Amino acid sequence: MAEPVTRVVTATWDDPEVFGFDGYRAAGGYEGLRAAVGMSAVEVIDLVKSSGLRGRGGAGFPTGVKWSFVPQDTGKPTYVVANFDESEPGTFNNREIVEREPHRFLEGVAIAAYAVQSHTAFVYCRGEFLWPGRILRDAIADAYANGVFGDSVLASGYQLDVVLHRGAGAYICGEETALLSSLEGFRGQPRLRPPFPAVEGLYASPTVINNVETLANIPSIMTKGAEWFAAIGTEKSPGTKLFSVSGKVERPGNYELPMGTPLRTLLEDHAGGVLDGKRLKAWTPGGSSTPMLTDEHLEVALDFESVAAAGSLLGTGAIIVMDETDCIVEATRRLVAFYAHESCGKCTPCREGTWWGSRVLARIEQGFGREEDLPLLDDLGRNILFKAFCALADGAVSPIQSSIKHFREEYERHIAERRCPFTGRGPGAASEPVPSEVVA
Amino acid sequence: MTEVLTPELRAVAEEITSRYPPGRERSAILPLLYLVQSVQGRVTREGLREVGEVLGIRTAEVEAVASFYTMLRLGPTGAHVVSVCTNLSCALRGANGVLEAALDAAEIADGEEVSADERITVHEEECLGACDAAPVVQVDFANHDRVTPERVREIVTSLRTGEVPEPSRGEAPQDFRHASRILAGLDSGEGA
Repeated sequence: MAEPVTRVVTATWDDPEVFGFDGYRAAGGYEGLRAAVGMSAVEVIDLVKSSGLRGRGGAGFPTGVKWSFVPQDTGKPTYVVANFDESEPGTFNNREIVEREPHRFLEGVAIAAYAVQSHTAFVYCRGEFLWPGRILRDAIADAYANGVFGDSVLASGYQLDVVLHRGAGAYICGEETALLSSLEGFRGQPRLRPPFPAVEGLYASPTVINNVETLANIPSIMTKGAEWFAAIGTEKSPGTKLFSVSGKVERPGNYELPMGTPLRTLLEDHAGGVLDGKRLKAWTPGGSSTPMLTDEHLEVALDFESVAAAGSLLGTGAIIVMDETDCIVEATRRLVAFYAHESCGKCTPCREGTWWGSRVLARIEQGFGREEDLPLLDDLGRNILFKAFCALADGAVSPIQSSIKHFREEYERHIAERRCPFTGRGPGAASEPVPSEVVA
Repeated sequence: MTEVLTPELRAVAEEITSRYPPGRERSAILPLLYLVQSVQGRVTREGLREVGEVLGIRTAEVEAVASFYTMLRLGPTGAHVVSVCTNLSCALRGANGVLEAALDAAEIADGEEVSADERITVHEEECLGACDAAPVVQVDFANHDRVTPERVREIVTSLRTGEVPEPSRGEAPQDFRHASRILAGLDSGEGA
């Protein structure tokens, strides 16, 4: 028996009117904020803590706990920064939240700000999100015009300004300390932690940084209660996840399902199964930075603990699906080339390692691989992993190590046959290449 | 001496810096760079210098920031920028053929990004966060969903004849300069 699906973030999306301020209000919007400003800040934090909500941006850190780390006695202003720099390959749920219901997100921003007693919140919007950025600009203006933001939030006397800030094209700025560098007007390079942003973040002041999906959960937690939320999903990963499904599936899209939903349910019942009835070959559970899994992992429950137990990470919940006709070496090469392009250059293992990794993978794919390349990639991975300031470097290692772990034979075939078995290209090309639709 | 920021635009620049807390004006560097890019269609040496003037920092510091971000274009740039995502989700749905077709339709030479007539830049892009609509193309940062090689040819051809194709969502900027103006945070991107 399938459990009834509880939707949180997308609960009102059947009504297109929730896009605008009036429609959002009519659907009960900003009542969570009203409840929040009627409570003490500590009570709001305690409520979010007891809901068990964990950050949806990848790390899964408990949101209420993060808020509680913000000191209130520093004499400095406190900031809230909403991370809308969504750029993890395969991830597109933040964008849809903003395109469908921008005020749900903004309400979450306001509640977070009140909880940590911040009077200035920044929304860091990915530069390439030109249209979502325009939506937010208008939505923020509507929130001011309707007394939600400004000198007295919902007539409570609490002052809050919300500033939209656009990025300019750099994946690394999704990393929270790089985002802060960027917002301060510098190159988007990560900073060493500690000090953590909660203590010394934006302008060396206490700062909370939350993902859009995380914030979009907050209004419903305020109105429906921590217990209601905690009852959804699993004990340790409460609530739902807005899974982004892309690649070789019949119905790519965002699907909101309880945490702990098995991949098979998401893939087959919601995303329509693998495209054209082909066989599942590999998938990422949480974007390109999370180790690939295979068709042996169809029953893996999609929550933080179960995906970790299966040898990967829930990450952003972005499922990229590859089928039996897709070349794993080429897929890995493309991902590592991405990290090489996006490495900020600060740390040597990342800057050099991602570049060399993509070169070695390219030569294997092109039929020029050497026998020592697999040990070389293994060595490369060990010299990058956990040796850089931020997780971008580790993200590059994930596809390399996981693809070799699960598909070593495919790598060996590339090297032995001196060609890609899928495209047939390479110096060792057979007279009749294997026909397939490939990642060329 | 070329003046990128006219007196009117200097006033706009002041408004942009005032969005940030007092003493934190440097935070305005990205919108200010978008502002100078909106005037000249790219970020020039003069643009870098004038942003530095507004913020009271050296040109080299401004350049260090500008060169970090791919949407700030320091080199020759077409009137329109066509970005083709070739990251994994789009590649799985045929993005490499889309990129090839775009480069071909714009008559861009191997290894170049700008067409000979300087009307079109074709830029191989990383994930654009719209993987449900793969392969994704942006024209001056307006999204086009599920683009085939044939469709991207039509898009490029219409851009070359001065027509901006309707995006899949939202409104299309008139060109790259207009998009830069929107990115600077100016209402609707029209007049100051």
